[in-house]
Amino acid sequence: MLTFLVITVLLFILMRLTPGDPLQRLAGDRQVSAEEAAALRQRFGIDQPIATQFRAFVTGALAGDLGVSIEHYPMPVSTLLVSRLPASLLLGGTVLLLTFGFGIALGVLQAVHRGRRLDRWLTRASLTLYAMPSFWLGLVLAWYFGIRLHLLPVAQMHDPLLGADASWLVRVGDVVRHLILPAVTLTAVSIAAVMHYQRTALLEVLRLDFVLAARARGLPERQVLWRHAWRNALFPVVGLFGLWLPILVSGSVFVEQVFNWPGLGHLAADAVSARDYPVILGTAMLVSAQVLLGGVLADLAYYTLDPRVRHA
Amino acid sequence: MTGSLWRLLLRALTSPSGRLGAIVIALLTLFVFVAPWLLPDPSAMPDLLAGALPPGAGHPFGTDQLNRDVLSRVVSGGQISLSVAGLAVLLAVTLGALVGGLAGFYGGWLDSALMRLVDGALAIPRLFLLLLLVAVWEQMPLGALVLVLGATGWFATSRIVRGEVLRLRSAEFVLAATALGAGPGRIILRHLLPNVAGPLLVAATLGVGDVILLEAGLSYLGIGVRPPTPSWGSMILDARPLLTTAPWTSIFPGLAIAITVLAVNLFGDALRGALDPRSA
Repeated sequence: MLTFLVITVLLFILMRLTPGDPLQRLAGDRQVSAEEAAALRQRFGIDQPIATQFRAFVTGALAGDLGVSIEHYPMPVSTLLVSRLPASLLLGGTVLLLTFGFGIALGVLQAVHRGRRLDRWLTRASLTLYAMPSFWLGLVLAWYFGIRLHLLPVAQMHDPLLGADASWLVRVGDVVRHLILPAVTLTAVSIAAVMHYQRTALLEVLRLDFVLAARARGLPERQVLWRHAWRNALFPVVGLFGLWLPILVSGSVFVEQVFNWPGLGHLAADAVSARDYPVILGTAMLVSAQVLLGGVLADLAYYTLDPRVRHA
Repeated sequence: MTGSLWRLLLRALTSPSGRLGAIVIALLTLFVFVAPWLLPDPSAMPDLLAGALPPGAGHPFGTDQLNRDVLSRVVSGGQISLSVAGLAVLLAVTLGALVGGLAGFYGGWLDSALMRLVDGALAIPRLFLLLLLVAVWEQMPLGALVLVLGATGWFATSRIVRGEVLRLRSAEFVLAATALGAGPGRIILRHLLPNVAGPLLVAATLGVGDVILLEAGLSYLGIGVRPPTPSWGSMILDARPLLTTAPWTSIFPGLAIAITVLAVNLFGDALRGALDPRSA
């Protein structure tokens, strides 16, 4: 909570620090008369003292009121954010599943084959993907699979030519086809962290005495690995949640832009081009809240997974 | 201090991936700053009507829609990207060392206030901080870009420095320095920070990769480095409409980013391993 207050103050200061008059952007090239300017100032509350403005900003933010968009005037920022949330959640959730599913599986595979060729090549491959700009990888994949092979759609979330009478099965299939390229791009650039954490954690556990004891009792290796070692090597991966969310969020700004995916990242990128400051601020607030939520979820997961934390 | 830093660097170079990273970084830097004398002028447009030529003799990376040599542009874009990243990281590490040093040395309310600030700042993804700071400029000067990239990059570093300073401030050599009459400034700068030089170097190296990617991303969104100055990110933005007809115009700058960031991260990982063998 305190952290969120700090975030709010920081963002407010950033917003006020910025040179230039927001009204000038709203007006564009049009000449604004003094009366009009005064009216607009009153409309956006810029004529109030700074302390009043800050109080209004904080109480508004707590009540979910993030102001009004300049680009989509008079649409409230919160309405815009809510309208973009489902697409972002669909993409983000898919990437979450893919990253953690494949990341954990590959990390375990690496730990089992430690130091051998497979381990080395998986590390190299994941580090290489991690070094790629997500927007560039997205463009390259779009070029190859979309334009050269004509396999997958490269933009939007739905096929605009799909008739209104299409069955729900066709609709779901259509969304899934549109989802593949952005989801694969984001997973590819962010999977290295999960793999690395899982590999390191499992290697540390595999060195411990109780693993040796389990093997000495003659348990099958598969059971030693998954039932005994892996369960104890899961916690650092869970802790990665908070660290990993910002990567996903930042990546999605670029990937949603490349694939024209109608999510929050795309909204933020558009708002930047349009200099729509309230919207940028709103997405920043929402995203920071998500990061904090990720931390809380990770703590909760620790609590459920690890009896030592529960009884401490 | 310099002795232990040298030993750290040398130890990082004993690992194959650290060596590979260092060699690639050295070659890239050399190439990017020397090649302009050997290559055609990046802004020269020899034959406007020829359009974008595929990679071939005379133009190993092909030419773009204005028939400019893509290799020359990748090289001069690299000068911008590498200089911006280097300077921004230098600024970030300096800020991180100062804030962390002050917080760790003085403790008390200053420490609490600074660290709460860092907690909050770390929860806002860096990209969004940058979007907020950058979006207000119509034409962002390069110096300002360096400034905002540096100003948003010191939070994690300051935490590391604070922890180390906190651990060391009651050490005997600090007591000895105090007994000899050294003031707080001298103790922080001359006695405490040199002991953090290793972690700072690791943070700086890994930070360079982040900043290169962020700068490329901002330029790709059209708010970082502005045309006609080429940077790797803005080249990919320029090349977007040519994706179907001349994909090489976007492939090569992206490869340059990926190779640079990979090399920097490999070297940074090797440094971290050399600093703390258990983490490798």
